Amino acid sequence: MLKLESVDVSYGHVDALRGVSIEVRDGELVALLGANGAGKTTALMTISGVVRPRAGSVLYDGVDLAKASPFDIVALGLIQCPEGRRIFGGLSVLENLKMGAVRRADTSGVRRDRDWVFSLFPVLGQRRNQSGATLSGGEQQMLAIGRALMAEPRLLMLDEPSLGLAPILVQAIFRVIRELHGRGVTILLVEQNVRQALAVADRGYVLSTGRVILEGTGAELRSNSEIEQAYLSTAPEAKR
Amino acid sequence: MSALELLLQQLINAVSIGSLYALMAIGLAMVFGILRLINFAHGDLIMVGSYVALLLMTLGLPFFAAAAAGVAASTLAGLAMERIAYRPLRGAHEISMLLTSFSVTIFLENLAIILFRPTSRAFPAPAFLRSVIHMGQLRLASLDLIAIAIAAVLLLALTLFVRRTNIGIAMRAASQDLLAARLMGINVNRVIATAFAIGSLMAGVVGLLWSARVGKIDPLMGFNPVLKAFVASVIGGLGSLPGAVIGAYVLGGLEILLQGLLPSALTPYRDAFVFAILIALLLFRPNGILGSSEKEKI
Repeated sequence: MLKLESVDVSYGHVDALRGVSIEVRDGELVALLGANGAGKTTALMTISGVVRPRAGSVLYDGVDLAKASPFDIVALGLIQCPEGRRIFGGLSVLENLKMGAVRRADTSGVRRDRDWVFSLFPVLGQRRNQSGATLSGGEQQMLAIGRALMAEPRLLMLDEPSLGLAPILVQAIFRVIRELHGRGVTILLVEQNVRQALAVADRGYVLSTGRVILEGTGAELRSNSEIEQAYLSTAPEAKR
Repeated sequence: MSALELLLQQLINAVSIGSLYALMAIGLAMVFGILRLINFAHGDLIMVGSYVALLLMTLGLPFFAAAAAGVAASTLAGLAMERIAYRPLRGAHEISMLLTSFSVTIFLENLAIILFRPTSRAFPAPAFLRSVIHMGQLRLASLDLIAIAIAAVLLLALTLFVRRTNIGIAMRAASQDLLAARLMGINVNRVIATAFAIGSLMAGVVGLLWSARVGKIDPLMGFNPVLKAFVASVIGGLGSLPGAVIGAYVLGGLEILLQGLLPSALTPYRDAFVFAILIALLLFRPNGILGSSEKEKI
């Protein structure tokens, strides 16, 4: 479905990605792991067309996205739920969801998806007329995921969805990720919570200073000794 | 004239001039909210609309047709400005955008000087804009009442637009987080063009009311209104639409108040006093009346 082929990205003189090749197949949940600054967010921003690769290509169903704008890429169904939630704080919950569905014309489909988001996250339904800024951190993350779902993702990119959340909310977010995956939504998951991410992922990639240093199935990576040493032997918080 | 009548009279004057500032300030605030661009060339849209209206009137067109064409010319000029000067700078540094807006101003003003000569021309407002209604001791200028009514209608329409329509909500979304707006598939170029169109339309309307008020127009006529609008939106909180409107009425009120209170020897320096008070206000509320103290967004 999505393929990054030896992608190089640099910001000025700083190389953020070097020869990164990643593949996400239809229906898969792929985890993208690595320390802060490893290039995970840059990879997602490159897929979204916000950052342009200096070399290499991003292929979606075999089509090169080099010329596609972020707007076109959303229209193709590649939807990113960005790090730090970035909900529209001055807009109500309903308005935020409406913005997720902004380019859709199928009113009944939009309403159906909205009800679906409210069934995934009942608290959003209760707070539908509240402004986004008044929600708690966990509720904002739910709203950010819900907003992305309103865009009818064929590929949903989640950037650090559990960052900064209390453990019980982390569980809730991962429950929803598992449920979405079970429904056949293709997911590219960037996470610092390596243990959780590998537990739900079909496959994973580990980035370090802009390169893919490891890849494999979730189970393979879980039992990999380097991963074990780098992330799993101590609490993930302690590594950050 | 009783004290109450005097108060009422001055209140109408203040709301009338505040309305013009408000319509101008909205154009600045909408664009700044999304792009972080202080578009000083916004004032020149007033000039463009007024000259087009004047030329069509001298060609014999009735006032309303000429006025509508003037407003349309301002709107188109605003859209062209966005497309030609600002869109290529998307993502550029704020300073580059600010300098570009100065260049656009210099270009438009000098173009007008070449086309229309630098001297001012009389702007023949029709009789209904120059009439005065007497109510007891009150002198109600029709122009003031019309300005207040037009501003009320346009502000209400704008409020409904940003609350109820998809593109209006998208405009608010884009002004809160432009990157998130792009990632959600909001057509940012369309949103920005719409913001320019609305702001320029309002500038066109202000141009006609301003020209009718002053009675003459000249190529540099946009400077004073855009300066006042800028001050108004800073007082209100840069980028906030309600803030821009509140700031505009505060500015109008202060001007009229000082005009009445200052001894006549000092009235030529009225603006200096007005700005001194506003600087004092900003010392206490650096982000303006409605500006949040949140850190600047990325």
